[in-house]
Amino acid sequence: MSKKGVLKRRFPLLLTLLVFGYAFLYGPILSLIVYSFNESRLVTVWAGFSTRWYGELLQNDQLLSAAWLSVKIAATTASGAVILGTLAAMALVRFRRFRGRASLQVMVTAPLVMPEVIIGLSLLLLFVAMQETIGWPSGRGQTTITIAHMTFAMAYVTVIVQSRLAHMDRSLEEAALDLGARPVKVFFTITLPLIAPALMAGWLLAFTLSLDDLVVASFVSGPGATTLPMVVYSSVRLGVSPEINALATIVVLLVSVAVLVAGVLLYRQEKRAQMEMQLTQANNQATK
Amino acid sequence: MRWRLPRGRSLIIGVPWLWLGLFFLLPFLFVLKISLAEPALAQPPYTELFSALGDGLVSVTLNFGNYLLLLDDPLYRAALFGSLKIAAISTLICLLLGYPMAYAIARSPGHWRLPLLMLVILPFWTSFLIRVYAWIGILKGNGLLNNLLLWSGLIDQPLEILHTPIAVYIGIVYSYLPFVVLPLYATLIRLDLTLLEAAADLGCPPWKQFLQITLPLSLPGLIAGGMLVFIPAVGEFVIPDLLGGPNTLMIGKLMWTEFFSNKDWPLASSLAAVLLVVLIVPFVAMRHFEQKAGEET
Amino acid sequence: MPSTRQFTPDSAWQAPEGEPIIRIDQVSKRFGDFYAVDDVSLQIHAGEFFSLLGPSGCGKTTLLRMLAGFEIPSEGRILIDGQDMTAVPPYERPVNMMFQSYALFPHMNVADNIAFGLKQEGMAKSERQSRVAEMLSLVQIEKLATRKPHQLSGGQRQRVALARALAKHPKILLLDEPLGALDKKLREQTQFELVNIQERLGITFIVVTHDQEEAMTMSSRIALMRDGRVEQVDPPRRLYEYPNSRYAADFIGSVNLLEGFVLAQEEDRVTIRSEEAGTDLEVTHGQPLIPGTPVTLAVRPEKVRLQTTENRLPNALSGVIKEIAYLGDVSIYHVELPTGKRVQFTQSNIQALAEQPLTWEDSVELGWQANSCGVLER
Repeated sequence: MSKKGVLKRRFPLLLTLLVFGYAFLYGPILSLIVYSFNESRLVTVWAGFSTRWYGELLQNDQLLSAAWLSVKIAATTASGAVILGTLAAMALVRFRRFRGRASLQVMVTAPLVMPEVIIGLSLLLLFVAMQETIGWPSGRGQTTITIAHMTFAMAYVTVIVQSRLAHMDRSLEEAALDLGARPVKVFFTITLPLIAPALMAGWLLAFTLSLDDLVVASFVSGPGATTLPMVVYSSVRLGVSPEINALATIVVLLVSVAVLVAGVLLYRQEKRAQMEMQLTQANNQATK
Repeated sequence: MRWRLPRGRSLIIGVPWLWLGLFFLLPFLFVLKISLAEPALAQPPYTELFSALGDGLVSVTLNFGNYLLLLDDPLYRAALFGSLKIAAISTLICLLLGYPMAYAIARSPGHWRLPLLMLVILPFWTSFLIRVYAWIGILKGNGLLNNLLLWSGLIDQPLEILHTPIAVYIGIVYSYLPFVVLPLYATLIRLDLTLLEAAADLGCPPWKQFLQITLPLSLPGLIAGGMLVFIPAVGEFVIPDLLGGPNTLMIGKLMWTEFFSNKDWPLASSLAAVLLVVLIVPFVAMRHFEQKAGEET
Repeated sequence: MPSTRQFTPDSAWQAPEGEPIIRIDQVSKRFGDFYAVDDVSLQIHAGEFFSLLGPSGCGKTTLLRMLAGFEIPSEGRILIDGQDMTAVPPYERPVNMMFQSYALFPHMNVADNIAFGLKQEGMAKSERQSRVAEMLSLVQIEKLATRKPHQLSGGQRQRVALARALAKHPKILLLDEPLGALDKKLREQTQFELVNIQERLGITFIVVTHDQEEAMTMSSRIALMRDGRVEQVDPPRRLYEYPNSRYAADFIGSVNLLEGFVLAQEEDRVTIRSEEAGTDLEVTHGQPLIPGTPVTLAVRPEKVRLQTTENRLPNALSGVIKEIAYLGDVSIYHVELPTGKRVQFTQSNIQALAEQPLTWEDSVELGWQANSCGVLER
């Protein structure tokens, strides 16, 4: 009742603000897409519809090999980050008290906000020192970039999995134990299927974060390992280019599909979590 | 939980802890260490702090010159304060813009909320670099914005926005807006609407309801969301580099230059160390208010 | 309700011969400095329907979880069927549990939920299917086998949870607030069903509940708990009629408590002088009490009756009606004695509209039999 009232009274103002906000968020992206189909090399002058920049993009070997490297790094990063992030989330949600809990909590929160320049520089110095003392990693490239990306991507995965685990009814696992399943089996038959949507969402997020990173990769990369953002950056520094517009359009398209999938997954999970919560709450209320 | 295999438990805790300890915590010690070294024409380009003198004696050479330079040189001071100022103003704009958006989404009909929220998150998933790049095409002298304004007759000659602080503000606000909308939405959606009904019942007009009920209760989300923008914005590199001009001094950009162009690793390290120390306070504040926002459910 | 019960509510409960199936031996559970369960010893026999009753936070759920193996006692031992189970993990215990939230696996259908425990013990598929079918018919949900938990009503979920916990034919079934999530009507109906199932299968049931009516209806014995300790263990009737503490008297049903001291002790009766009552009261009491001992006399409101001319009751009190609560089946009257103390009594509303109903400010004379009240030592 009152919800409707509040909305009705303020709807015109709020609607305007929302429309403005979304225009602000999407205008620039739309402009990239539109101009990626522009015939002219001068990006801001419209000279007719053309897909020629997409064709040139496919001819650009440097860009394509960088993209392939980025995808390889991103896939490895995402898989590793999901494993590490899930472990961290389990530790934080499941074990109330252990030594190092506070430090783990801080270490998974900090990478979410830590400026990339610091993460990049500090990891580079670590890799250099490690190479000098233990000889590994010998030189920098794909491996060091992957390690660096896993480190900050796992923080995002932890947040997603943590909230899913926290909303999960603990007695589901207890019931499985009670019915004779050993802890490892409980994890694979009960816990994992229930948090699977969160893991998928985490994987996709880690993938795009890795694919997108310029700063950290620039620090910890070595000769021969040039990722897609590094190529894009050096090209962008020289000014606007229609090829980059075409690339951006492809990225936006891919990401939109991925986010849509992730969104549907998370939506389903949210609904399930809500249902479980309502169940538990109903039961608790009835007994109080 | 003692029946769990103790090995399983220590594995679950140990693996992520060791990973983060090794690749997140330990590196900071190296930043501190190298910040006390001197640049050298070597590979890697800095001097060793510890040198063996024989007979088990070790000499330690600490060089505080980098920090003295940072204190002394107005350039670095200006960069630090410039970064803080730009980050603070951008955060404020983000909040002013993000709060009504979050509020509108939280008060929209139930089946609208998730799609609306997804639309806010979507740009965050598309390439950050590409989104910043998009603004170059819009803001530059013969860019979209100027063309539009000239065509509409609002201005006679192109505005100079690109390579000014204004462009940096726009870039930061644009890139970080989703970060404030999400936590604010989470706080506002949990707000018990009967509180507002109770206030109205007690004779409180809507604008006062907002000021006296909604705003104070969403304060933790406001601060936590603000810090999510402020902290990374202080150390931002890509945005000032692509959108800012030579006069836009920001510490992240300066660090990048010292490292990549001047190859002065020790100075870059000391800049990173200073930045780290500066950011501890907002980080602690963010954690505090995040917990508070989580508790008030 | 078929009366094949081993323990009828009327007969005093007798411990059967032989070793109890569960022996809880001086068990305590500490969380930090807080004792959730404090030095509890209980013996539960095969075939019992045993209730752990108490308010929230009294330690009943913690005790149940120690029986299931989810918590390890800080002190003491738990023996099941003569075997020390204190540190045995839950997946190796011969007990199963029905959870308060039911804990139905949301990604499995009803049949898979019920079959889960059987799969863990490696039962052959054909045998498993017939066992699942048996369980489905036991709780009368044969048609729901392929539904997912979220497609079920609350009552149906409760049945699935029960079937799943019974599927392995455990020796002991632990039930944590089994009826807590059901509405009142369904709860009353399900109480009897639970009792019937328990009798048919002969499995020992241990139920945690905060609802005294539920415990009274279903249990062979009730352990009344408070602050981690067991206050009294008795069959329902004994617990109600002969509570051995003010707490027990007050927790189950309502009670009038009158303070006083022992004036005289005769062969089978005690005279108590109570200032609150303003008179001497007589009680037939099993145990001798030394004159001068401070005691509390407890009498249930339904035992207190109006004095009539033909049948004078001892323990006569007179007072004025101050409050009336009409509950439909009975009415509760609060009578203020000249001393200021209030005493409650109830009357069945036999006639739809009594000819001369009692009303406010009526003076009444009350009384009760010497054998229908109890004495609690302070």
